[in-house]
Amino acid sequence: MAALINVPTKAKRGDIIEIRTLTSHIMETGFRHTADGRLVPRDIITSFTCRYNGSEIFRADLFPAIAANPYLSFFTVAKESGKFEFEWIGDNGYSSTASASITVE
Amino acid sequence: MTFWRAIATAILLVIGPGLLAGEIPADARRSGYSFMGPDTRAMQDDDTSNPGMLFVLDGETLWGRTMGDAGKACADCHGDARSSMKGVAARYPAFDKALARPVTLDQRINLCRANHQQATPLAYESRDLLALSAYVGHQSRGIPITAGGDPQLKPFVDQGRDLFMQREGQLNLACTNCHDDNYDKRLAGAPITQAQPTGYPLYRLEWQTLGSIERRLRSCMSGVRAQAYDYGSPELVALELYLMSRAHGLPMETPAVRP
Repeated sequence: MAALINVPTKAKRGDIIEIRTLTSHIMETGFRHTADGRLVPRDIITSFTCRYNGSEIFRADLFPAIAANPYLSFFTVAKESGKFEFEWIGDNGYSSTASASITVE
Repeated sequence: MTFWRAIATAILLVIGPGLLAGEIPADARRSGYSFMGPDTRAMQDDDTSNPGMLFVLDGETLWGRTMGDAGKACADCHGDARSSMKGVAARYPAFDKALARPVTLDQRINLCRANHQQATPLAYESRDLLALSAYVGHQSRGIPITAGGDPQLKPFVDQGRDLFMQREGQLNLACTNCHDDNYDKRLAGAPITQAQPTGYPLYRLEWQTLGSIERRLRSCMSGVRAQAYDYGSPELVALELYLMSRAHGLPMETPAVRP
């Protein structure tokens, strides 16, 4: 699924940088019913992780009350040039990944 | 003295609504954007936080994907949308010679699918149709709206205006009662806007998804407890056309974000 990632392309060593992520997902709560009374099964993202050059720097658990197309923003310290890898895992075997590179001077 | 004041007040009460009613002059036209709070504005302004951009990304993928029996993608005829589709959405709904009536951008996409791609039409409000129209609409961002200028469209613009002015539903309200006469006031805590369709398809936080102007019009109609017109009906197309001509000169914002 489509994802939008905002990571600064360049940073100075030791800078605090903001990472913003937005991904497509319906986040169906599992509490809603159709017009004919059937329960709409839950379909949400349950977990998000961000790895910076292989080591995990941020993790979040997501729950039914979170809106569709979850937007997450967090901070980290720019230590070295490399790659951020993002992974969203959810119901019904849902899995989606994205990545972004940074140059640290 | 009191007597004359009462008469003057009575006259004002009678002609006041008449003075208020009518179209919004060009220099007073305001996008729904100007009625939003700073948080929602920031969400629309940043392309990495605007959820509508997720649909634009999907639309870009669909633009290049081969579909239908003709084995053609949109890009095979239209090339790079960034140049070929620039300004197109600002001119829609546009008059179609073969059908002798205006068609919306969504209908044009489906006509293209039927005539040139030999593919099945996409359902109204389906994710693929919204994604394609968001992608095409996005190419007009910042371009002033010019739809409705074609003289052949005049009877349809007039039909749209009549529908806009016509009271309907159990609440017996016309669009104009809120959106011409009472914009900048509040309805149940929410600002009443001028109903300028600058950013469709747009991401509505209430919907938690992208939606077309027809969806918006239909929810206003259920709001006044009227029977909403069907998707693609001539009445909704005429209303969309009138609204676009009424917003003449305002820049496109697709995909906009609205609360």
